[in-house]
Amino acid sequence: MATASAVPAPKVNRLGLPILEYRGGKSTLCAGCGHNAISERIIDALYEMGVQPERVMKLSGIGCSSKSPAYFLSRAHSFNSVHGRMPAVATGAILANHTMKALGVSGDGDTASIGMGQFVHMMRRNLPMIYIIEDNGVYGLTKGQFSATADIGSKLKTGVINDLPAIDTCSLAIQLGATFVGRSFSGDKKQLLSMLKAAIAHKGTVMLDVISPCVTFNDHEGSTKSYKFMQEYDEPINELGFVPSFDEIDVDYDAGTTTEVAMHDGSRLRLRKLLEDYDPTDKVQAVRTLMEAHEKNEVLTGVFYVNTEAPTFIDQLNLVNEPLGQLAESKTKPGKDVLDRVMASL
Amino acid sequence: MAIGDLALGHEQSNSAAESAPRRIVNDFSIQVATVNGSGSQSANSVLLRSIFGMGVPVSGKNLFPSNIAGLPTWFTIRASKDGYVARKQHIEIVVAMNPETAKDDILGLPTGGVAVYDESLNLAQYRDDVVCYPVPFDKITAAVCPEAKLRKLVRNMVYVGVVARMLHIEMDAVENALRKQFAKKQKAMELNFGAVKAGADYFDQKYTKQDPYYIERMDKTAGKIIIDGNAACALGAVFAGVTVVAWYPITPSTSVIESTIEYLKKFRVNEEGKATFAVIQSEDELAAIGMVLGAGWAGARSMTATSGPGISLMGEFSGLGYFAEIPGVIFNVQRSGPSTGMPTRTSQADLLSTAFLSHGDTKHVLLLPGSVKECFDFGYAAFDLAERLQTPVFVLSDLDLGMNNWMSDPFVYPEKPLDRGKVLTAEDLNRLGGFARYADVDGDGIGYRTLPGTDHPKAAYFTRGSGHNAKAGYTEKPDEYLEVMDRLTRKFATAAKLVPEPVVTGSGKARIGVIAYGTSDFAIQESMDELRKGYSLEVDYLRVRAYPFTSAVHEFVASHERIYVVEQDRDAQLESLLKLDLAAEQVVKLRSILHYNGLPIDAQSVTSQLVTREGL
Repeated sequence: MATASAVPAPKVNRLGLPILEYRGGKSTLCAGCGHNAISERIIDALYEMGVQPERVMKLSGIGCSSKSPAYFLSRAHSFNSVHGRMPAVATGAILANHTMKALGVSGDGDTASIGMGQFVHMMRRNLPMIYIIEDNGVYGLTKGQFSATADIGSKLKTGVINDLPAIDTCSLAIQLGATFVGRSFSGDKKQLLSMLKAAIAHKGTVMLDVISPCVTFNDHEGSTKSYKFMQEYDEPINELGFVPSFDEIDVDYDAGTTTEVAMHDGSRLRLRKLLEDYDPTDKVQAVRTLMEAHEKNEVLTGVFYVNTEAPTFIDQLNLVNEPLGQLAESKTKPGKDVLDRVMASL
Repeated sequence: MAIGDLALGHEQSNSAAESAPRRIVNDFSIQVATVNGSGSQSANSVLLRSIFGMGVPVSGKNLFPSNIAGLPTWFTIRASKDGYVARKQHIEIVVAMNPETAKDDILGLPTGGVAVYDESLNLAQYRDDVVCYPVPFDKITAAVCPEAKLRKLVRNMVYVGVVARMLHIEMDAVENALRKQFAKKQKAMELNFGAVKAGADYFDQKYTKQDPYYIERMDKTAGKIIIDGNAACALGAVFAGVTVVAWYPITPSTSVIESTIEYLKKFRVNEEGKATFAVIQSEDELAAIGMVLGAGWAGARSMTATSGPGISLMGEFSGLGYFAEIPGVIFNVQRSGPSTGMPTRTSQADLLSTAFLSHGDTKHVLLLPGSVKECFDFGYAAFDLAERLQTPVFVLSDLDLGMNNWMSDPFVYPEKPLDRGKVLTAEDLNRLGGFARYADVDGDGIGYRTLPGTDHPKAAYFTRGSGHNAKAGYTEKPDEYLEVMDRLTRKFATAAKLVPEPVVTGSGKARIGVIAYGTSDFAIQESMDELRKGYSLEVDYLRVRAYPFTSAVHEFVASHERIYVVEQDRDAQLESLLKLDLAAEQVVKLRSILHYNGLPIDAQSVTSQLVTREGL
């Protein structure tokens, strides 16, 4: 008797989709670019969380980082906009359809220089979206100029030293109103994946600064955004454990050493303290800790701040449940009687 | 002094004082000179509506500074039995409420004019050839308004009463106008009406009418409405079902959005108290248009409104909207430039820069309303066109149209269903098996799009401002780039078939043609009558209402010997735009009549320039 087919059925997620359905086009970024690793983690996170690809919209600005939405989740609509202006496009798109998951990918130049105005205002709104900065401290497409997240004293390949202070996007995001703020490293698979999954579960603006070394222009001795530097100076403030809402298996945790955060969708984010007495719900402490670490040349990673209670901009606008972009004409075009009344009043 | 065109001014020879007593009925301008921030707007509006209520065609223009309070402001009301609503060069009656400008205000009057002013100003010393009616405003106000802090506002109503009685405006008409102004505020109504009556009584007791100006009842305003262009644009947008509004305040476009918000709150909150719209005041104009495009991409009808520097800031995103083919509506209420320019003065000088807003080979569809009715109609149509053509559509109004009050026939309800354009659903995709976003399936240059969230594995496509092919894939290949660029040209040709046709007036047999757009219309209508009556010159007139130009524009130029292009900018921008489209032998027919001092164009300026050029 013949045996059953030797080809095993592909592994699928809770929607029955194989990971292949979360992939994108072939990356045109440099081999070893941190951005590619981040794209891989995004694919893993969306797959493992069982997000329907069509329910995601991808948004980006201009730069190497902003190209990357082409390299994951081809089944989702994507909008590669103009330099530094992804927040505006994302804001409009989310207002038109707040029922979808919005995933924005930006870079350090796209966010902290040309896009700073839009970035800070995006953070204030607490719109439901995930905003990822793929942070390598240099402009790649124009061949290696410093960006505004480059640290003081860091050195370009050409020997140029940066003598202006770095902008800390995480401190800014916390101060301005983002409700889930973290930093990770493209080389830390485990931490980044957990952080992304928690980000997917969060309702409100998630801002993740992911250090993502540029192998071509900023991975040398003297760079503070290199693989080597991160391996030496990466200081996680907490260890992330993410328990998705659909996961039956639960493990006990020690409330003394771990903070548990109940996410909007029923998932739980467990943050085991690596830094003594760190409270991820305390804004002031978060900013202070980040500033102190900066003084010591440490690169803190982990979830710095999370607030699951704050209303989103969608809540504040008191919008109908249906996406505004799909409302029927009967709900958006007032009747003739309304116009007649207006005319009579003039 | 800011009341007339000094450069163009000429002496009025047939003065009223020299000739026998006569009556000038329903044909003059009143100018109220006040200080901005003094709350004179309601009073001026009541005076305007009182004349309107007498059945006399009327128009009002607010000439105000870019300032919060304390600087001179003039409000001009023109009553015209012939229905002319353009600005008039000469003012016959001045209400001088601003001590700082009072002397200049009375000096600007023609012989035989009228001055109403606070008696302390003693303006009679400057002119013995105008009729002076000094009024003790503070004394009259104090008597009718016990509450001291309200007196500054109520004082203005006193001059309404004085002028109403002087012109023989019926008190019922004033009362009705007050009711319109104060709607349900009974107390305010009573207080203000008291002030009006006190002003009228003072005039009765103190003066015997010496001037020749009268308002007499007519029936030319029955059934008409009064509205400003910005509110009319807002109404158009609300009835077009706008759902996302992003904006940054800037004069003179601000009230487009403020009116939109007002109407949305009234008409677009559902039974459960939930909003079917989102309004966001963005951090700047770059963000405003970015939000409009993000929303348009995701399927919403979205809009913004801006002016001056704001439209410049929208350049980069406008190019993205054109190239990535995303709908959106942008109201550009033009003001005087360059740079900050004169924010509270009117202009038509954004025509070229808006038509080609952004770098690269970008060009845009423009709608050019020439009345408040068209502000409504085009404000509505812009959304249909934007979604049909999948491109940003610009509605080019100006400060004169947008911020001034205009008489109009009531707006007509657009019965046709909204045109949401070529959007594929999941069912369409099942049937088709997929789609190419930028393919010209129908030969009209317009592709099919899908909206984010469409539940089909082949619904997604990649939107980008970088080079792309018919399948929305990145490209730098010459032939693929050409395919997209040439299709966009075909799409622009399709636009020319969908935009509003020009309006042609005249017999069609004249040798001379006039072409203009927008608010130049009011002056040209009047100028055509002046040319006919004063110079026996018949002209035909074509008012363009959109860019791209339709074939009717070409035919009009071809069928006339000479064409005068009348516009409110320095560099003959409309003429330039026409030249790009016209054949060489037609281009030589074009001549320019320009007006660009920040004031709305007037008929006399058009007539005198045209007559001089024609050697008449």
